[in-house]
Amino acid sequence: MIGEGIQSSNQRRHSFVKDHVEVGFFTDPSVCIGCKACEVACKEWNHVPDDGFTWSGNSYDNTGHLGASTWRHVMFLEQDRQKGNQVVGAHSLGDGDGEDPFRWVFLSDVCKHCEDAGCLEACPTGAIVRTEVGSVLVQNDVCNGCGYCVVSCPFGVIDRRPEPLPDAGGAFKCTFCYDRQKSGLVPACAKVCPTESIVFGRLDDLRVRGAERVRQLQQKGYTDAQLYDPTETSVRGIHAFFLILGEPEAYGLPPKPQVPTIYLKSAWTSAFATAIGSFIATLLAFAFFS
Amino acid sequence: MPGLGTSFGRGGATTAQQDLANADCILIEGSSMAEAHPVGFRWVMKAKERGATIIHVDPRFSRTSALADIWVPIRAGGDIAFLGGLIRHIIENNLFFRDYVVHFTNASCILREDFRDTEEGGTGFFSGWNEQQRAYDKESWLYQGDGLSFPERDLTLQHPRCVFQVLRRHFSRYTPEMVEKICGISPTLFHKVADTLVAASGPDKTAAICYAVGWTQQSKGVQIIRTASMLQLLLGNIGRPGGGILALRGHASIQGSTDVPTLYDILPGYLPMPRADGTEATLRDYLAKQTKPTGLWHNTPAYFVSILKAYYGKNATAENDFGYDWVPKVTGNHSYFEYLYDMADGKMEGMFIMGQNPAVAAPNSRFERAALSKLKWLVIRDMVEIESASFWADSPEVDRGELKTEEIETEVFFFPSAGHAENDGTFTNTQRLLQWRQTAVRPPGDCRSDEWFMHQLALRLIAKASNDPMDEPLRALDWWYPEDETGMPHTEAVLAEINGWHTDPAAAVGDRGAVARVGDPGRNDGVIFGVDRNGKPHHGPQVADYNELKADGSTACGCWIYSGVFSRDGVNKANARQSKDYLGHGWGFSWPSDRRIIYNRASASPTGEPWSQRKKLVWWDQTQSKWTGVDVPDFPAGKAPGYRPTRQEKGLDAIPGDAPFMLHEDGLGWIYVPKGLHDGPFPTHYEPLESPVRNFLYSRDTDPVVNWFTRQDNRFAPPGDQRFPYVLTTYRLTEHHTAGGMSRFLPHLAELQPEMFAEISPELAAQLKIKNSDYICIVTLRGAIETRALVSRRARPLQIDGKTVHQIALPFHWGTAGNVSGAAANDLIPISGEPNVTIMESKALACNIVPGRLPRGPAFEDWLDRYVPRGGPPNLHPEQPPPGAPRGRVAAGHEHESPIR
Amino acid sequence: MTSLTGLLGKWPLIRQIRERADGTGLEAMSDKTRAMHARIDGAEVARSVCPYCGVGCGQLVFHKDGKLISIEGDPESPISQGNLCPKGAASYQLLTHDRRVTKMKYRAPRAKEWTEIPLDRAMDMVADRVWESRKRTFVHKKNGATLNHTTAICHLGGATLDIEENYLIKKLFTLGLGMVCVSNQARI
Repeated sequence: MIGEGIQSSNQRRHSFVKDHVEVGFFTDPSVCIGCKACEVACKEWNHVPDDGFTWSGNSYDNTGHLGASTWRHVMFLEQDRQKGNQVVGAHSLGDGDGEDPFRWVFLSDVCKHCEDAGCLEACPTGAIVRTEVGSVLVQNDVCNGCGYCVVSCPFGVIDRRPEPLPDAGGAFKCTFCYDRQKSGLVPACAKVCPTESIVFGRLDDLRVRGAERVRQLQQKGYTDAQLYDPTETSVRGIHAFFLILGEPEAYGLPPKPQVPTIYLKSAWTSAFATAIGSFIATLLAFAFFS
Repeated sequence: MPGLGTSFGRGGATTAQQDLANADCILIEGSSMAEAHPVGFRWVMKAKERGATIIHVDPRFSRTSALADIWVPIRAGGDIAFLGGLIRHIIENNLFFRDYVVHFTNASCILREDFRDTEEGGTGFFSGWNEQQRAYDKESWLYQGDGLSFPERDLTLQHPRCVFQVLRRHFSRYTPEMVEKICGISPTLFHKVADTLVAASGPDKTAAICYAVGWTQQSKGVQIIRTASMLQLLLGNIGRPGGGILALRGHASIQGSTDVPTLYDILPGYLPMPRADGTEATLRDYLAKQTKPTGLWHNTPAYFVSILKAYYGKNATAENDFGYDWVPKVTGNHSYFEYLYDMADGKMEGMFIMGQNPAVAAPNSRFERAALSKLKWLVIRDMVEIESASFWADSPEVDRGELKTEEIETEVFFFPSAGHAENDGTFTNTQRLLQWRQTAVRPPGDCRSDEWFMHQLALRLIAKASNDPMDEPLRALDWWYPEDETGMPHTEAVLAEINGWHTDPAAAVGDRGAVARVGDPGRNDGVIFGVDRNGKPHHGPQVADYNELKADGSTACGCWIYSGVFSRDGVNKANARQSKDYLGHGWGFSWPSDRRIIYNRASASPTGEPWSQRKKLVWWDQTQSKWTGVDVPDFPAGKAPGYRPTRQEKGLDAIPGDAPFMLHEDGLGWIYVPKGLHDGPFPTHYEPLESPVRNFLYSRDTDPVVNWFTRQDNRFAPPGDQRFPYVLTTYRLTEHHTAGGMSRFLPHLAELQPEMFAEISPELAAQLKIKNSDYICIVTLRGAIETRALVSRRARPLQIDGKTVHQIALPFHWGTAGNVSGAAANDLIPISGEPNVTIMESKALACNIVPGRLPRGPAFEDWLDRYVPRGGPPNLHPEQPPPGAPRGRVAAGHEHESPIR
Repeated sequence: MTSLTGLLGKWPLIRQIRERADGTGLEAMSDKTRAMHARIDGAEVARSVCPYCGVGCGQLVFHKDGKLISIEGDPESPISQGNLCPKGAASYQLLTHDRRVTKMKYRAPRAKEWTEIPLDRAMDMVADRVWESRKRTFVHKKNGATLNHTTAICHLGGATLDIEENYLIKKLFTLGLGMVCVSNQARI
């Protein structure tokens, strides 16, 4: 069969859905070449329409941000900082006229598939579900387009698709290529990535790999390399985590993302418990007396 | 490019992309590999992860620079000065790989006494210059003695006229300080690069060089590639794992379209087209001229007669010189730019455009669009309605009233074409790898493949052939191809012809290649598609490889270098998909003879042992008396390292056992090119044809042999013209493909880079008082375009000889059609011809920037007049000849070492 | 009581509590979601090569009933190992986008519009044009030398074409018709 004996986890067939294995994306900007193949492969596979033909003037980023019709988004950061020990022109070597350092960093952003997901908590229709592999999936046949999820995402990922695009009104975001995963295939963005900046695999493996990569990069002089994997906040961890150079704010990533509905949820839970308690009491009372 | 061909013997990348992972250093220059070849760059990143140092030398901080360890900003057009500086540094500090250089290269060969280098007098001319003809008499460039076989050598490299010593003198003034003056690269940065490259070369280390059109699209492109080739020979990096020079081709089958060319001056396998200059009037004359006494080209008669047999079949006989008379003769330079001028002057009646979009992709595309309107008829085949198809309706010239639709006489036939998954066939990729595409689905509607089109046209035209002598070649043409029910010829039948066969349908080939006449004609073992359109036996068994080809008409072969791709075993090896090792043996077919890293004899020492365990590839197996290793040896299998010819031998027998470059008559890597180039045996720094800077090294500014295509509507700014103070360079974005026919029309690509822009530095923006996203106009002597300003520190001014020089960069993917439209950068670029391959200079020219928007409609001309006054002579550059003057050499070269690209 | 437990067990809320689910897990999946699978399952596949740059990435072209379904990287390619760049990743759209022309178009001299004509007729017309132009401009001999060529019909293109197509172009145009003005991107 085509693909047998393939080494990279981005190309190997798997049975994570069947085996209920938590999966993840580890995205590493230190090898990203900003080619946007992930954006295109995602749209091609998922039949996501184009997002308009507007030039931004913001480096090479004409995608802007994640949204209903953009499920992968490559950021282009031009910063006055050094990338590892990179030599960028003569001034990095002490020549020149004391020019500032410079670097260009690319990072492919995606839905984080939170452990406690704001969108999922907020969805009143049951359209958003957690899958066998821990990903968060919007079921478009159930979604009624109420938009509660949109305001509940701490990362601003999910959005409703405007007219006149196909399936307008519904909420959309990365599906983690659930259909592909069910068939044992790797999500389109990871499979396509030429430098394996996006790695797909078991979440626990990836976390080990991510930590190791940070250690490696630190040794190579990337002193500002760190993982973005908020486990200490109310999102309680994410399935798509990132290595970043510098601070999360530069990437538009909240340093401490919180699920807005988390308080709401606890309120709802206690209300539910009370309701169920009294209901069962009533039921028992009936059973006892009849 | 003959840059590689003259240096090593073959005009193809010397290595495979995946082998880059084995490099200890990769120098990328003249290419933004991460952007234009992202998946190839995968292997650069693998090398980097393994500890290799990645160096990117480029005017622009691109996505490649972002991933490199070292970015070296360079003034566009300074490449030879920079690489020449590295060569000087390596020689002066004795850092070259001596054993490799002494044995494997022509560094030791002695030159003639009458040879004069550009340094002698500092004029920038080699000996032999003829000002009247604007060409060199190249006699004095040859080796001392008789011919190129068995040259006189001084293995101590001390002889004052040996190549090594002449080279030392040639680059003696290319000091780090001179490099700084010309390129804007500081000595510290220069030394950083030099040290890195040297540390990554030697018996235990290898460095690779990658380039693309950033080098080739310069007025001295071939010589830039030559400089890199010389550097790699001096460092001992050719033919070895992790080494080599990777030419990155920009189209799926660029390599294939020179190997099996649609070019005027060569036939498949780099056989020169016969010329009508009196020296090739007969087959005997042609073969006498083109056959080399020693090396692989000694077999020219076998390759050439076999191709005539492939073209004219049984009509090509020994009696009629195998149809040599029918082959059209070349009378001058018939390359694109030359015939474009004929087109503009109304001398061209008809044109076929297949898979190209010259209306926005060709230099001086304003001129090009006007020229298209002079055609009687135009046949254009594409998947979408590109600008070249609709120039008569919606070109900027129609918009401006310069052309009127109702006055354009051109009859246009637009044939929708099939896509890559809708027909089968072979692409030859950037590393000489032939890969077959299987058909997935039928093309929709009227869409057809080019193969269908050519076949159907051929049948119609052959049917028209009369007894007129002019129709003889057409009547003789062997158009035998069987077809399917849609009228599509079997592609594999064509591939079988390209591979070659024994012509006798009754031939049967034994185990050892012995040919006998037995069996069932056209159906013997090893015969593929042996029956013609009438059901008659057509040919015999396939040849195993080019060694089986004969000059007596008993074999036919459409492209000798591809021979072996579809041989007697009946396996289409281009379609093989079982990769067995990292080099990909078992996956596709790499010409020649499935060798993946060519000249790999050089991966072993002169005595045949690997240079080191770490860099082992091919070596001499003493016990079996043959070459063996990871790759297919690119050397006669049984030739011992100690073999020395007696100087009486011919062909490959004349090549010593320690001479890995067996296509050359002397078997050596050519640091010095004694024959095959028109503008010099060594590279020399010349300024771009348009430059704000004078040549600091020579009194001559530009390459003397260059073809300027002087014409009023194709003018060049003189050096230092204050009206055009900025350096302009062009480049590709990852998100688009060439002129955009395959990207601008696709929403998923168009949205990623939806508008034309110019990259300019914050310093220049401040000077011009423009902000990011502002509209600006870029003006050259050819025209003006409107674009948006993308202000970024990625563009950076350079200090050249104490003055600030600004460089701006333009992507060139847009036009008037598609989901996203924009100005065509090619409107700004002049037509020019590099001396060896007639390629234009689009990577370094001079421009002006005018803030604001460009007027539309007829107001455009008035606006342009303000910045580019009409009138005046067509030759503004002092080194540019007037119209009608000899254009440098009359026609392209014929040496085998001059394959295009 | 058994029947009651059974009855209660069917109540989603109870089921969610018992399974420690909260109505956001597998239990909340619609039939459509449950039936989801990759659309290339069971498709036929052609092994192809990306048509864009010279890298030569392997592609798997999935198709069913004569229709394209998807194009992905071929994981076994020693060059690309399953990867593609954005252009290669868009090559399904390249073949299927709605701006692709699928009808033969003809523009008569001085005409302002295209007209659609049958493909066969167009082929005949092109053969006629070539024939007439060739007849007018062919040079058999000049100054005693055999030329057998015409410089008034030209061809451009080839680097995006197959080598087999290039081979036939050179064979018919140059060796058959005598067209020497044949050129491609390789030197443009």
